Amino acid sequence: MTRTSTFECSMIKFLEHFGSYLYMLKGMFTRPENLRVYWKEFIHQCYDIGIGSIGIVFIISLFLGAVTTVQTAYQLISPLVQKYVIAQIIRDSTLLELSPTVVCIVLAGVVGSKIASELGNMRVSEQIDALEIMGINTKTYLIAPKIVAALLVIPCLISISMFLSIAGGYFAGTFTGILSEQQFSQGLLKDFTTFNLTFGLIKAFTFAFIITSISAYFGYNVRGGALEIGRASTTSVVISCILILFADYGLAALLL
Amino acid sequence: MIEIKHIKKSFSDKTVLQDISCNMESGKVNLIIGSSGSGKTVLMKCIVGLMNVDAGEIKYEGIDFVNMEEKDRKELRTQIGMLFQGSALFDSMTVEQNVMFPLDMFTRMNFSEKKKRINAVLDEVNLKDSNNKFPAALSGGMKKRVALARAIVLNPKYLFCDEPNSGLDPQTSLVIDKLIMQITKEYNITTIINTHDMNTVMESGDHIVYLHQGKKQWEGTNKEIIYNQDTYLNDFIFASEFLQSAKQMKIQYANAKTNTP
Ligand SMILES: Nc1ncnc2c1ncn2[C@@H]1O[C@H](COP(=O)(O)OP(=O)(O)OP(=O)(O)O)[C@@H](O)[C@H]1O
Ligand SMILES: [Mg+2]
Repeated sequence: MTRTSTFECSMIKFLEHFGSYLYMLKGMFTRPENLRVYWKEFIHQCYDIGIGSIGIVFIISLFLGAVTTVQTAYQLISPLVQKYVIAQIIRDSTLLELSPTVVCIVLAGVVGSKIASELGNMRVSEQIDALEIMGINTKTYLIAPKIVAALLVIPCLISISMFLSIAGGYFAGTFTGILSEQQFSQGLLKDFTTFNLTFGLIKAFTFAFIITSISAYFGYNVRGGALEIGRASTTSVVISCILILFADYGLAALLL
Repeated sequence: MIEIKHIKKSFSDKTVLQDISCNMESGKVNLIIGSSGSGKTVLMKCIVGLMNVDAGEIKYEGIDFVNMEEKDRKELRTQIGMLFQGSALFDSMTVEQNVMFPLDMFTRMNFSEKKKRINAVLDEVNLKDSNNKFPAALSGGMKKRVALARAIVLNPKYLFCDEPNSGLDPQTSLVIDKLIMQITKEYNITTIINTHDMNTVMESGDHIVYLHQGKKQWEGTNKEIIYNQDTYLNDFIFASEFLQSAKQMKIQYANAKTNTP
């Protein structure tokens, strides 16, 4: 095969996937058969996504803040730079990048692979067909509650992560004597723009949508057996990570 | 009644169903029989619309199903109960929740009414004391019975069962056959069953379609099947010597009865 035709093939494949992804999203917008059951499913998903990943978010965020403090201090050796600048740097890099992007990439692994393999298993063992036969719109029932739950829960997780990361920075900074408590709080408050926080949360929303919809797409469309479930789950994590980074750059270029 | 006319279905280059036509009447147990890989499951999935047919017509009570709008299909499907070959139980739910799911979704019953209905159907499929087990903790035959309970819990108008008694002991198998036959007659529903099971064929085959390599090879009733002259069907259904001699005895007995005045 020549180079162009390989390129064309992958282009066509990409467009096919993109088309059926949009088609899936469109298929989600139907009236729920029974709001109570959907509500229950939504709550269940909130719990699953939130409680299921709070532990890892906790650990990662604390360490992200702590490591940033120590490394920033290591790089800022000039006596002309005030110590509180370290706290400023932690604050802004946490709100803008560390919490939303890094944590969401981890969530793509935790939440995304779970969604993809759960739906993949349901597809392979004909559970999705069983739902279809009952007259339930499976796209609405299986995917919409996951996406809506993630749109609610992941920004909450990211807010917690922001707080924890800054707390991690605080502990690392004060315990090791890099900077004092006053210097830290002075840095946190100095030149604070609320837009940074808003921007971080806009990112969190976007990434939450990417993680859940992409992994649902790959899980829902599994064909074959257990092997394909594994493959779908890996693909969904890889694709969501790449898309998160693209969106990250896109949002920064657009909004900053 | 479900009318099936000239259905064709193939996968890439492999033709699985070739020109199948038959009428599945209500109030009758319609059986689709055939050896493994003959296309029974594919035919059933085509009839319920889980697979699209390449050509042909399917009509539910005279209404075209193949080109039906998605919305109307959903509506129709609320009247369909289906038991899958692999059971297809929701494995994140207990037995009770599995059977309750259609009730939750489509009825306005309160909890105690639902509970009562569930216990009644689980009792009918001969399954008690397993309400709180997860599907992973059930045997294959138990899964089948839970899946059947889930399929009939809403009193469907159309019941599809893909091998309801594979993996069951002969006794339980008969209980299931009787149950299916009873609800078919009682509620006048259209029942379609895929099976290999000779007992089912002989006991409850009001209407039997025999598939051979994706073609309809024979069609008739359980009375007629004994006297059939089709070699493929005879080889399939009276496969063992025991069954062959049982068949001969049955024919001799019938002849003797007609000859004595
Ligand atoms: N999704 C599919 N893609 C390709 N081929 C398929 C697919 N599903 C079924 N087939 C083929 O169709 C043929 C009929 O399969 P089917 O599952 O209907 O057999 P069956 O009569 O139900 O057999 P069994 O009694 O073992 O369940 C088989 O040869 C199978 O390989
Ligand atoms: Mg089969």
